[in-house]
Amino acid sequence: MRNGELIGSYIVPVHPHTILVPEQNEGWSRLREAYDTAAQRIKDSGADLLIIYSTTWPSIIGHQIIADPNPEWVMVDHDFHDLGSIPYSFNIDEDFAHAWDKANEKRGLKSRTVAYHGFPIDVGSVVALKLLNPDNSIPAVIVSSNVYANRSETTVLAKACMDVVKATGRKAVAVTAMSLSNRMFTTPIEPKDDRIHSLKDDEWNRKILEFLGEGRLEDVGQLSRTIHQQIRVNKVVAFKPMWWLSGMNQNRNNLTGEVLAYEAIHGAGGAVVHLDPTPSGTGDKEYDEDDVEYFAGERNVLDAEHDVIVEAESITEPVSKAIETNGPALWEPTESEDSVNSNAAPKPVGAYPHARRVGDLLYLSGVGPRQPGTNSIPGGPIHDENGNPLNYDIKAQTQAVIDNITRILEEAGGSLADVLDVTSFLVDMDRDFQGYNEVWAETLGQVGPTRTTLAIKALPTPIAVEMKVIAKAPATD
Amino acid sequence: MTKGEIVAGCLAPHPPHLVYAENPPQNEPVAEGGWEQLRWGYERLRESLADVEYDAIVLLSPHWQTYVGTHFLGLPHFKNLSVDPVFPNLFRYHYELDIDVELSQQIHDRAAEAGLATKMMNNPDFRVDYGTITTGHMFNPGWDKPFVVISSNRSRDYYSVEVMQEMMMELGRVTREAILASGKKVVVLASNSLSHRHFTTESAIPEDMSKEHITSHAMHLWDMRMIEYFRTGQAQRIIDEMPEFTEQAIAESDGGGLTWLLSTLDLPTYPGILHGYGTIIGTGNAIVEWPARNHKEA
Ligand SMILES: [Fe+2]
Repeated sequence: MRNGELIGSYIVPVHPHTILVPEQNEGWSRLREAYDTAAQRIKDSGADLLIIYSTTWPSIIGHQIIADPNPEWVMVDHDFHDLGSIPYSFNIDEDFAHAWDKANEKRGLKSRTVAYHGFPIDVGSVVALKLLNPDNSIPAVIVSSNVYANRSETTVLAKACMDVVKATGRKAVAVTAMSLSNRMFTTPIEPKDDRIHSLKDDEWNRKILEFLGEGRLEDVGQLSRTIHQQIRVNKVVAFKPMWWLSGMNQNRNNLTGEVLAYEAIHGAGGAVVHLDPTPSGTGDKEYDEDDVEYFAGERNVLDAEHDVIVEAESITEPVSKAIETNGPALWEPTESEDSVNSNAAPKPVGAYPHARRVGDLLYLSGVGPRQPGTNSIPGGPIHDENGNPLNYDIKAQTQAVIDNITRILEEAGGSLADVLDVTSFLVDMDRDFQGYNEVWAETLGQVGPTRTTLAIKALPTPIAVEMKVIAKAPATD
Repeated sequence: MTKGEIVAGCLAPHPPHLVYAENPPQNEPVAEGGWEQLRWGYERLRESLADVEYDAIVLLSPHWQTYVGTHFLGLPHFKNLSVDPVFPNLFRYHYELDIDVELSQQIHDRAAEAGLATKMMNNPDFRVDYGTITTGHMFNPGWDKPFVVISSNRSRDYYSVEVMQEMMMELGRVTREAILASGKKVVVLASNSLSHRHFTTESAIPEDMSKEHITSHAMHLWDMRMIEYFRTGQAQRIIDEMPEFTEQAIAESDGGGLTWLLSTLDLPTYPGILHGYGTIIGTGNAIVEWPARNHKEA
């Protein structure tokens, strides 16, 4: 498994002045220089993917991702058409676009790819890509900004993107094409007269840039709604790009930030900001919003999803093939005089019980991290339905295994403290032993059972760890 | 010179689904029909005007969004491919469109004189927005009349519905004056939906009419209230209730088209003809004609 990563983030302005007429105003030319500096840094960083989130491409049906490998057209701005036309021809990573689309759906988002000749790529994306990637040497992807998306949806969009970055081993750069304050002058102005529309907007912009300069990206994300109310004209629903960018950066607040330029473009606040992932050691989060992994918001206006209802049936029949396509069918645990089965533990993948009592001992069947009921895997599955590897969290999986063991022992009237001997199976010893061992030390390591850890080729479901347990049986009355 | 005339004013919404469902040769995607109630409504509107002579169509579309004033297409001919950035799966339309540059300039000049910020759009690479193309096609699929195309100034976003209305009432007034002074017979079209809360999912077959309905009861009530005013000649009440309607029904009247239309028609007190009503991915759409030709001033 290759471990891709985000190697940098940039915030860049959207209006076409920096491409078409930078020489007409000193501020515009400083923005252009900052754009050029950013382009050089991206090139020097060895980035192999540019990911653009653009606020000037609104969408309604979920998020849209450009997947035309070579979109070409001539862009003319709706307002600033008199400044000229911008021909474009871009190098789009269609494979990444499709993988991101799939990853979105896995995390509960509506998503689709767009690959139509003549599709109008928005002004923000065109300006950002032309200036940051002038020779098209780095493949790019572009995602829309959904007008109805809230923070959780926008955060999950970023996490789905990072799933693909990690799984495909990319060195990615994230870009938000956006204004800070977005209030423009509503009448034509002379270029020399350009300035931030109001002192209030200017003060807020400087505060935002102070935070970003200190690498406090998540703080800006958490202030998003406030910023929107204070200095944003209602073009998009909220100051969303900071949610996305912070999600791309693991909602961190200790990045290394640098403001390369801040100037007015027809009254709006335009800035070029570089956020490097190197920890700067500053900035605690002021408050924490939920860290959402999966989007479960109310999106089904058409009709409700039909819940899969699992009913206990004959013990020799799998109870549900539909509940989880990513793995084998599930079975009801078999029943016998000395079996111990728990509704709080995940369903077996064959005809066997959760545990069996023999004298003073309890023998447990192999326990994995799948969650009872939903069958989801904490930390994520290790591959998708098609067998494509996914990034996953071994510590979350290990903890979930131990939680399931606890549930079965509690069903038998005991607890985790009764565990005597454990055989652990890992599908990737090199990658996972350390994380598995850390969780062990904090849990079963405190109990003190004997332990054997083996590397094996595969487990029946897309999980990375399973444990076989022998425990003391609690005394029966 | 003979006095110009507004022969009709229409609310003529533009969801690209309607063009998609019609399968015209200009549009690339292919549909199995859908949204018939609205398409029949457009048919009735076209029949209503079939024997009426006019020289030009003046149209305001909320999808040419301008923040720096009101803009007017200023070249005689535009030809390009229009792809809807929101529904590219439904709308990829090869258009050719003629502009009545003279009338455009006349309305532009009067608007500028009245103190509105204005600009002529003279860039030949400009792509005409899909709202204009959809309404243009549904209203006149033969494309045999020249247009005046007016952008949607986003004053509602920048200020409020009230400020938007002040500006659009003024733009409507000068549009009317310019038309009357031009000696031309004109149809004016406001290209917008009523209630405008979309579904955020799309069914596997977009034209699956078993999935189509208004998003919520509240949206339905607002749409019916507006239609009642349309049908009973109560333009002033529409203007009065526009702030509540626009905010509560998230109505596409936020683009100013409806206010501008009613002002251009001098706030009609005669009934509008409802040619059709239907929903499109949850939004409410009415096709309404005010037959101004039958209600000339004495
Ligand atoms: Fe629209």
